[in-house]
Amino acid sequence: MGGFLAMLLLLGLSLPLAAQDLLPPAPYAYRQLDDPALEARAQALMETLRCLKCQSQSIADSDAPMAGDMRHQVRTRIAAGEDPEAVRTWLIQRYGDYVSYKPAISATTWPLFALPVLLLAVVALILWRRLGRAK
Amino acid sequence: MRMRWFVWLLVGLAAAAFGLFAYQLSRPKDDFVHSAMIGQAIPSFDLPPAVADRPGLSSRDLADGRPKLLNVFASWCVPCRAEAPQLAALEASGANIVAVAIRDRPGDVAAFLAAYGNPFSRIGKDDISAVQLSIGSSGVPETFVIDGRGVIRYQHIGDVRDRDVPVLLEELRKAGA
Repeated sequence: MGGFLAMLLLLGLSLPLAAQDLLPPAPYAYRQLDDPALEARAQALMETLRCLKCQSQSIADSDAPMAGDMRHQVRTRIAAGEDPEAVRTWLIQRYGDYVSYKPAISATTWPLFALPVLLLAVVALILWRRLGRAK
Repeated sequence: MRMRWFVWLLVGLAAAAFGLFAYQLSRPKDDFVHSAMIGQAIPSFDLPPAVADRPGLSSRDLADGRPKLLNVFASWCVPCRAEAPQLAALEASGANIVAVAIRDRPGDVAAFLAAYGNPFSRIGKDDISAVQLSIGSSGVPETFVIDGRGVIRYQHIGDVRDRDVPVLLEELRKAGA
């Protein structure tokens, strides 16, 4: 009984295993670029890139270390003169379309864009026939 | 009566839509973000050593003619401990394993390897996940098969379990080992 209680106590006192690293964030994870125009471009891009660790957040929203490392990549590449869309393409080449929140028409996404147009056409057809008959 | 075919068309479309939902809902969820770099040459990089007793890792080391396993790990990653025996088994089967330590301190890496074994011939130190991001890896641990020309051939996401060992050895063989 005493042993059991001691075990419970130990379980309660044991610290959760550190599942995060202890290194400081990457230099440009939380530091803005000095040029406000470049920072604005970087910020706009970061808001449309998916955090891979916390998949429903953007890297601009997330405090995951990996999101910080991705912000560092985005900021340093934009500071080096890269176009934001080139940085997006660089990431899509590595992680696929999933990493980008920006809607794009592709071989898999075209029905999303075609379907509303099709439905509107059907609605127009029905309305035209009904209103035409009422006259 | 003329509208009858139209009603049946709507019923058919609704049935098809629900069939699609049922099919997609019955499929297991895949939370993994797979690398889109399979079949591509590994981007060039040059990492300093993560520990004193192993050299660092560069992309040139991965194009030296011999296929390798590239393990992306960290001492702070719990599943990385779980896969240590399987990595040891892969090394014992003749696999050359190199590694990238993500956001890690040299003392922590050394302590991790002392506790769980060191199957790695080289360990590069990646403090800002730069190499990890460049190869489309989205977490630790991940294990890549790189062929002798430095082309990424296969990606295993998560810790290597017993059943993954023969798969990785087979992928290494296909890569020319």
